[in-house]
Amino acid sequence: MRNVLNDAEKAKNKKAPLGTDITIENYSKEDISVYDVIDDLDDLSKKDKDTLISVGVDSEEKQRSGSFVQFDQSNIFANTLSDNIEVMNTGVAKDKYPWLKDYLWNAVKPDQDKYTAETALREEKEDVYSGYFIRSKPNTKEVFPVQACMFIADKDIMQTAHNIIIAEENSELHLITGCATGSDISSALHVGVSELYLKPGSKITFTMVHNWAEQVEVRPRTGIKLADNTTFINNYILTSPVQCVQSYPTAYCEGKNSRALFQSVLSGQKTSNIDVGSRAILNHESSSAEVLSRSVANDESKIYARGDLVGNVPNVKGHLECNGLVLSDESSIYAVPILEANSSGLELSHEAAVGKIDEDEIYYLTSRGFSEEEAAAMIVRGFLNMDITGLPPALAESTKKMIDMSVKGM
Amino acid sequence: MLLEIHNLAVEVEGKQVLKNVNLSIAEGETHVLLGPNGAGKSTLFMTILGFPKYHVTNGSIIFKGKDITNLSTAERVKLGMGVSFQNPPAIRGISVENLLKYESGQNEEDELNPRMKSLADKLKFNDDFLKRDVNLGFSGGEVKRSEVLQLLAQRPDFTMFDEPDSGVDIENVELIAEELNVILDKQKKISERKRAGLLITHLGYILNFVKADKAHILMNGEIACSGNPDEILNDVRENGFKGCVNCAQCTQ
Repeated sequence: MRNVLNDAEKAKNKKAPLGTDITIENYSKEDISVYDVIDDLDDLSKKDKDTLISVGVDSEEKQRSGSFVQFDQSNIFANTLSDNIEVMNTGVAKDKYPWLKDYLWNAVKPDQDKYTAETALREEKEDVYSGYFIRSKPNTKEVFPVQACMFIADKDIMQTAHNIIIAEENSELHLITGCATGSDISSALHVGVSELYLKPGSKITFTMVHNWAEQVEVRPRTGIKLADNTTFINNYILTSPVQCVQSYPTAYCEGKNSRALFQSVLSGQKTSNIDVGSRAILNHESSSAEVLSRSVANDESKIYARGDLVGNVPNVKGHLECNGLVLSDESSIYAVPILEANSSGLELSHEAAVGKIDEDEIYYLTSRGFSEEEAAAMIVRGFLNMDITGLPPALAESTKKMIDMSVKGM
Repeated sequence: MLLEIHNLAVEVEGKQVLKNVNLSIAEGETHVLLGPNGAGKSTLFMTILGFPKYHVTNGSIIFKGKDITNLSTAERVKLGMGVSFQNPPAIRGISVENLLKYESGQNEEDELNPRMKSLADKLKFNDDFLKRDVNLGFSGGEVKRSEVLQLLAQRPDFTMFDEPDSGVDIENVELIAEELNVILDKQKKISERKRAGLLITHLGYILNFVKADKAHILMNGEIACSGNPDEILNDVRENGFKGCVNCAQCTQ
């Protein structure tokens, strides 16, 4: 039997192996009822609505199957727009569904590091449950995505969220999650624990757009469990400056024919320290994983693009691809691909290329009339604008637009 | 004269490639540039286009009466130059359609204009193809057709074609040639032709479909001889460029 409280207590001071160590005590806790619940996303201020839309969260909820918004620690809005889906606060779900406890801290360990420990301690000791519970019902295929937003509204706070996402048997669930900060926030810490469960025959696409302020520390902790015949697609987009993001979502491919695909678009600006990896543990025959990342380092930014594929049984396949452009002398990209093969008869591979913009590409575009500057900007945009696969057409198009918009805004 | 090149000497990465090139092309004329491998044919193209790697150490390039020797590539293109590359680079995230819109002066957000759509159709590019990243995974023929399509969008007054027929099957050479003739005003009466071009060809096969007015042989960094395309081509086909070596040496 897991003892969450006990495990969390022990890990209270456990440093994460990656990313700068953050002194949690420097950030203040905020109560879960500081912000009032709203009836309609339209009740948000124009400024907040604009911020939400920049991370893909539409206050008009057009073509959405549900919405969830958290301000600091307060869950201010949860709305379900489709019979195929359920959207609510994790705390509410825990009371409604006694079985939910089996899903809490099952794909992410409370003692992973001090950030998960702090989140667990708030739950266990103070009964603070923030974050969302989103579930797609069995045998449903909802084409419209659920949108969720984590918003930091007050400075110097530590925001925690514990998200549980469950795709029931033979269902399809699409999520857009945006994280953002109010325009006047100078410093804050965000810790988001997300646990995703894919039941047999299900599919989840999880598209996350981050738009933080320059002094925000971000430590998402994500675990994904995949049963038989499942597909998980993770898209992560970060194109605005941030203090430091460190994340390493891990997919556990435990079912046969389970498949995980991670795609990341990272643009380092100013002094951003971005450490984003994707890991897949291939534990069942014929499971597979693919990790693709595109990074562009500007100014004085540092980007760590990591990928880790672990094959534990025969007949699994995994491929890592990491491409980076370093555009300034003060910036760096570290491409860190890891392949771990613990069985015979499996296939794991990686390709990594980091460098400058190819001059021939610039000249080619100048020969069509673009100036060198225009050509370089276009090439960078094109490089980052990777085709996000696996989304329904309307969502694919809006995601493409979202990437386009955030890349253009760089 | 549309294009005049005087006493042009060019260095690439510290190595002299062109020594003394003189060449004039009038409005409405199509010239062909022949020469052995490594003679500097592509270097001449890239220098006319103004790519930074090609340093002009002597001489000048005059286009439409204006000295363009020190202009950037983009400025030359805006003056009316165009090029079809032999091996253009693939660029991720930039589609053929994006380029066509820019080249034909359209906004990125708008639908591709009907003229370009029908031209694309003619060159056997469907919508899916137009959405593909330019040159990424294209076959030899697709590369050439995409280059020609872009030139049709651009409508330059002076166009350089670097081996437009290499790597293209016979059926597609005719298709490409047909559009080359459009780009070069060949369907118009001689007196009405305005657009001009310079063509590099190895095999000369494309010349069966695109009539050139004049041929030049580039050897040892100079134009070794110029004249009637048929005569020169026949000579090259019979004797290779060996004859030209002797010839070039004679004239020195």
